[in-house]
Amino acid sequence: MVPTNYYVILSAILFGLGVLAFIFKRNIITIFMSIELMLNAVNLAFVAFSQALGKLDGQVFVLFVIVVAAAEAAVGLGIIILIARSRQTLNVERVDLLKL
Amino acid sequence: MNSFLNANAELVITLVKIVLLLFIVLTVNAYLTWFERKVVAHMQSRWGPHRVGPHGLLQPLADGVKFLFKEDPTPAGVDKLVYYLAPLLALALALTSIALIPFGPEPIRLFGHDIYLGIAPPDLNIGILALFAVTALGVYGVALAGWASNSKYPLLGGLRSSAQMISYELALTMSVVGVLLMAGSFNLKKIIEAQAHHPEWGILGWNVWPQFLGFFCFFIAAVAETNRVPFDLPEAESELVAGFHTEYSSFKFAMFFIAEYTSMITVSCLCSILFFGGWLSPFPASWLFTHYLPSAILILFGLWVIWDGIRYETTFGRIILPGLGAAITALGAVFVLLPNVNEFIQGPFWLLSKIFVFLFVYVWMRGTLPRFRYDQLMAFGWKLLLPLSIVNVIVTSFVILAKMQWWGAK
Amino acid sequence: MTASLAVFFALAALAVIGAVSLIVQKHPIHSALSLIVVMIALAGLYLLLGAEFVAAVQIIVYGGAIMVLFVFVIMLLNAGVEEHTSISKMAGAPGLLLVVALAGFVAATIARSTESVETTLQTGEIASTLGISNMIFKDFVYPFELTSFLILVAVLGATVLAQREKS
Repeated sequence: MVPTNYYVILSAILFGLGVLAFIFKRNIITIFMSIELMLNAVNLAFVAFSQALGKLDGQVFVLFVIVVAAAEAAVGLGIIILIARSRQTLNVERVDLLKL
Repeated sequence: MNSFLNANAELVITLVKIVLLLFIVLTVNAYLTWFERKVVAHMQSRWGPHRVGPHGLLQPLADGVKFLFKEDPTPAGVDKLVYYLAPLLALALALTSIALIPFGPEPIRLFGHDIYLGIAPPDLNIGILALFAVTALGVYGVALAGWASNSKYPLLGGLRSSAQMISYELALTMSVVGVLLMAGSFNLKKIIEAQAHHPEWGILGWNVWPQFLGFFCFFIAAVAETNRVPFDLPEAESELVAGFHTEYSSFKFAMFFIAEYTSMITVSCLCSILFFGGWLSPFPASWLFTHYLPSAILILFGLWVIWDGIRYETTFGRIILPGLGAAITALGAVFVLLPNVNEFIQGPFWLLSKIFVFLFVYVWMRGTLPRFRYDQLMAFGWKLLLPLSIVNVIVTSFVILAKMQWWGAK
Repeated sequence: MTASLAVFFALAALAVIGAVSLIVQKHPIHSALSLIVVMIALAGLYLLLGAEFVAAVQIIVYGGAIMVLFVFVIMLLNAGVEEHTSISKMAGAPGLLLVVALAGFVAATIARSTESVETTLQTGEIASTLGISNMIFKDFVYPFELTSFLILVAVLGATVLAQREKS
């Protein structure tokens, strides 16, 4: 049996790495991916607590998070494609104008 | 050594099963190519392979040797890691998915252990979900191969395949929901058992009758998922040279090939299990004489092979073919003589014959149907298959609810 | 060390390596592959936790749909190796500070809550698909319907975004 703490610590590490990636990456797609990493880290904590507390709520939350992530990916990637079309770059530093 | 075997019996059994399944699947793959070429050839009034061995039966072996010894150049400018990873990924995932399929109802008792046919434990309660999970990852093999080749045609093939597989995966998953609702379980074994609810109905109890719409959507979506004709746009040779595997040669190309044929087998297994009763016999359970059908078919087929063999042109064929026929006949005779064995092979026999029929349908479609245009493919998936499979889910759940509500069924 | 602990450490190492690789890799496709590794490792951890349904959904939806979309977009836009632009100092310093603060906060919380988590360990029922579906369709039916609405909105949004403007 693995102590729940281990899962939570792993989740925290993954979340921290997600934040780091979010800050240090310059490619907008990779930045978007680091958001997914953070969501995944949170999901792990949810499932771990769900098992520790003996309730299924946590797992249901994870399903909702996955649904939201899917919706977010659909819209977000649509926006990214538009940005790439109109500015010819994926670098967030170069996307700094509200209007072309 | 003995104590080690006893202590790790489960592990050893699983390892042996994996090796056996790998061997069987790869052999079947090889002969599937022979079968496909033969059938398509006969459909087009040709002979097909017939030079290597009698009836070209050694052709797969020759092909395999050719694949192994061909030069294997790595094109300049490829992304090395992904380029090598892609065929491995495709093959590994295709082989994993077939490991999740149960091939028979009863365990065989050997050396004091119950050995189930199939690698995954039969009580795997997310059975079909696990299968979908593995096949869902299969798209990476194709997409990454297209990208890593650093070449125009593969890239287009990879793009097409990822778009196609995402689109058809929805219809594929939705079309199964009806079956899951009827069985009340994700477990493949339970799904089959649910179709034997009325043992006297035989073929009429199978899911394909109430779920015909689901079967229609499932089979078409599954063909699209395996990138086969008429959905083989990722490798359309008239437009894209060879699609995603243009830059692959030698054994890496063979790996894609094996992966494609293995997923054909997986889809055939799934079709038979979900909609055609899996290992159930099409006859009512009380017709005991049908239990001799496997032996009868084997013996007749064996005799026909002998008859065909003694008239064959080459001496080699006149030796090999009757020998093969005699072996098949002997196998049939063994089943008749040993009632225990005969009972045991009923399940696997029916499952395998259903799989064979679906494989034939695959080849048949390849022989007859033209390829879709890309916009037709997308429109077909999104505007026809997906709505149809959703309608199927709604109707099925309504009928089940009505049964519970008004007829008091469980 | 028990078998499950060994499996946990193997999967955890895989996940962390994948996450680090996501940061280190220069090409978006490699980053995406790293993220897929993380997701598969997490699915393994869910299996270890007895959440089979969530593990399967994780691979099917995250691995088989969302990440395929990412890879698809990367291929479509032909995204090359990441440009290296200097981080603006204004954003960099507070960002690093923020990470450190967050890590410290999380660590402190975990360290403090060690006892309470461990005492309730292993009292759980078996997480079955049946239980989850009961929860979704009974206790969480309104949130569930809301998510379907969310997906509808997302589909509409993606369609509108994808439409080319008529000239």
